[in-house]
Amino acid sequence: MANPNGIGASVRRLEDQRFLTGRGRYTDDFKRPDMTHAVHVRSPYAHALVKGIDATEALAAPGVVAVLTGADMEADKVGSLPCGWQIHSKDGSPMKEPGHFPLARGRVRYVGDAVAVVIAETREQARDAAELVMVDYEELPAVASSTRAVEGAAALVHDDAPGNVCFDWHLGDKAAVDAAFARAEHVARIDLVNNRLVPNAMEPRAALGEYDASNGEYTLTTTSQNPHVIRLLMGAFVLGIPEHKLRVVAPDVGGGFGSKIFHYGEEAVVTWAARKIGRPVKWTADRSESFLTDAHGRDHVSHAEMAMDKDGRFLALRVSTLANLGAYLSTFAPSIPTYLYATLLAGQYKTPAIYAEVKAVFTNTAPVDAYRGAGRPEACYLIERLVDIAAGVAGLDRTEIRRRNFVPAEAMPYQTPVALQYDTGDFAKNLDIALPLVDYDGFAARKAASRATGKLRGIGFATYIEACGIAPSNVAGALGARAGLYESAEVRFHPTGSVTVFTGSHSHGQGHETTFAQLVAERFGVPIENVEIVHGDTAKIPFGMGTYGSRSLAVGGSALVKAMDKVERKARKIAAHMLEAAESDIEVKEGRFTVAGTDKSLGIGDIALQAYVPHNFPLDELEPGLDEQAFYDPKNFTYPNGCHVCEVEIDPDTGVTKVVAFAAVDDFGRIINPLVVEGQVHGGLVQGIGQALYENCVYDESGQLLTGSYMDYCMPRAEDVPSFTVRTHEDQPCTHNPLGVKGCGEAGTIGASAAVMNAVVDALSAYGVTHLDMPATPEKVWRVIQAARPAPALAAE
Amino acid sequence: MPSRVTMTVNGKTVSREVEERTLLVTFLRDHLGLTGTHVGCDTSQCGACVVHIDGRSVKACTALAVQVEGCSVTTIEGLAAADGTLHPMQAAFREHHGLQCGFCTPGMVMSAVDLVRETPDLTEQEVRNALDGNICRCTGYHNIVKAVLAGAEAMKAEPSRIAAE
Repeated sequence: MANPNGIGASVRRLEDQRFLTGRGRYTDDFKRPDMTHAVHVRSPYAHALVKGIDATEALAAPGVVAVLTGADMEADKVGSLPCGWQIHSKDGSPMKEPGHFPLARGRVRYVGDAVAVVIAETREQARDAAELVMVDYEELPAVASSTRAVEGAAALVHDDAPGNVCFDWHLGDKAAVDAAFARAEHVARIDLVNNRLVPNAMEPRAALGEYDASNGEYTLTTTSQNPHVIRLLMGAFVLGIPEHKLRVVAPDVGGGFGSKIFHYGEEAVVTWAARKIGRPVKWTADRSESFLTDAHGRDHVSHAEMAMDKDGRFLALRVSTLANLGAYLSTFAPSIPTYLYATLLAGQYKTPAIYAEVKAVFTNTAPVDAYRGAGRPEACYLIERLVDIAAGVAGLDRTEIRRRNFVPAEAMPYQTPVALQYDTGDFAKNLDIALPLVDYDGFAARKAASRATGKLRGIGFATYIEACGIAPSNVAGALGARAGLYESAEVRFHPTGSVTVFTGSHSHGQGHETTFAQLVAERFGVPIENVEIVHGDTAKIPFGMGTYGSRSLAVGGSALVKAMDKVERKARKIAAHMLEAAESDIEVKEGRFTVAGTDKSLGIGDIALQAYVPHNFPLDELEPGLDEQAFYDPKNFTYPNGCHVCEVEIDPDTGVTKVVAFAAVDDFGRIINPLVVEGQVHGGLVQGIGQALYENCVYDESGQLLTGSYMDYCMPRAEDVPSFTVRTHEDQPCTHNPLGVKGCGEAGTIGASAAVMNAVVDALSAYGVTHLDMPATPEKVWRVIQAARPAPALAAE
Repeated sequence: MPSRVTMTVNGKTVSREVEERTLLVTFLRDHLGLTGTHVGCDTSQCGACVVHIDGRSVKACTALAVQVEGCSVTTIEGLAAADGTLHPMQAAFREHHGLQCGFCTPGMVMSAVDLVRETPDLTEQEVRNALDGNICRCTGYHNIVKAVLAGAEAMKAEPSRIAAE
């Protein structure tokens, strides 16, 4: 009988008990004896010289322990925050990599750039005293948008980055693309903006630094998706602390969505300051600070063209993108608009030639880095908007042009012209499943019904593919990654048969404590409540690359399988010894070790006990203990794919767009916990819908953030979104990892924005609208309608 | 100037000296160590800090501790039964996967409990409208809405327990 808590079961999450009863422990919940509180003094200017800092008054304020600045850090030889990925420009030159210091040294480059930290007995005292730190700024001209940054007269964010260009990169075969365009029958073109977003995990970032003078050990508790990476970057590059003297703990973390991957200056500040003042130091961002200083996402300006033959078959794709990196390079920033973006421009289509150019620029804004999807939503949005326009140019139905150009399932594995090799996927099947879910055939009638009530109705598709399970270290290394991207796992059977799994992956909402336990329950038949998943602590876990790029199960889960393979091999040896049989005669099924053809058998629990009570072990051949560790480095990326369909209704009098139906059909390969997977999809969809209809990060020309709170940055709320129809199919499992899994964390975000905007443009097509940039706010939609009134199609009725 | 404030929190009388500007949420988290109530914003928009004051849901960042003098406050830590049995709304959130990272969850559950007490019979749209003051970034609300509707049904089935708070 299948394990009720094994693979494929919607096991209710084991971690929920503590979250539901208020016993989750997030970084700001930790209190230490003698703990102090840090508040940063941040630049109110987007660009300025710091001529001086006078902390006299702040130091005299009640409760103030210290005021520290960039000069203090420099004196202590604190380094620059490192960048984890190096891109080379077309001409072979390396990207510009300016210094990025935890506390600014002489010049600030965005509103929120930290210039000093005030440490006091209470947070309120630190906050009061921060107001008293007198910083003498000399304001400099600023540049806040990527399009302005590349203009000749633009201010320079970094003196050593001429034209504000970090790199000018390309991918693909330009000559082949030019040749294809020369013989094209039809060409579809689009100019679009992928709007800048603020990730907005609900838990603001926080960091608690401690130093133990008795042994020279530091501990950083931080809101991180990957504590080992923080230990490596901060220890080796910023503070010069060897790994064995630095423990990084990422306890319960309240959402990340990419924004908590990166090593941030505040982490270094509290760790360094804890030693300096000899007391623990805690910093917790307020939401305004999060808006100003969390790494933002997206912010692309692109032009794209698709060459087609007379039948609407794609011949070539040409893309030119300007990517805003903000004021400094965040940890993974250069990889996002390059290898996580341009490599996905084939999408689901067999476009034979692709050429993409990406110019990445510095501006006086917060750093931009991975946000859920990270490059792939930008690629999907560009392709899927362009394909809709191409359908119009070629005179084809929007589903037909997709079908005509899909990479067929039988062509797998498929080598794209932009570096990736898809392993599996049946794109036509996704579409076939999706269309009845939204009653596509009935759309015309619904549109007519809406029209009868004065409303506009539109339907939109996004057929997406992404590269997840990041990443094969050899490939990533060849593309500029400065780290390997494997994952580790350790499986420790205890003498009484319970199990502790140590994973380098990190859960901040994804449910690892349940899904990873399901893998162990399935494999060894142990009760799921006897399996503990430990994550987020460098003192407990061998190593880890953390959670991002939908990699937890595909890479971390595969490492766990590898470790379980080793446990099973060892257990088989012990069983053979105990049962006095040859190892090759032992059959293993769900944790039961049986001598073939006999009723002699042992359960894994018995074996675990013997492993720790090895009274008669042949010690030359068999070590005591049942505790195995594995590292897994993927052979390829995984390729989740799907078809998202959105139906909207627009009120032309108010411009309000309502998502009335949304269906997502996803191929995530094999699924461990359907309940958790569906939850990941729902959340992703709303972030995608949020980008399409609500969210927009806006800086004014002087570099002031205009959308710096929930009063100004429109987060999707429950009443803004519908319930969803979500389907998955499992008949295209990943071929190169042991679980056959592809990853599901980002898919919703990748497909949704394109599906929504294709639906919005479809609804507005009666007004001659062929494109609208996100977000399609009521005001923007209303203005478009006003500009076009009266619409010919409506006027004709 | 410090002031003494006395109130009942999760059934126990507590009394502390606090600065008058201390917010209720700061009082709960920092002075009482009840860290289940979270702070997700600084503009009273996100709802992560919702608690009950005399049975009504309130964003604990909108009240000063001294304003709650003499009141009865219930936080997420006080919602389950003394023996650890989850409140029907907590159980519904678990059953329907209405939480992921767990950060908005305490506020979401406390809001939902008050909502159902006020309006036992709810439609999906009414739940969505009523949760306007609670932001979740993980779940896309789909499973939260399911959980609240299921929790409402379960609360009807257990009226005696619900009245006990």
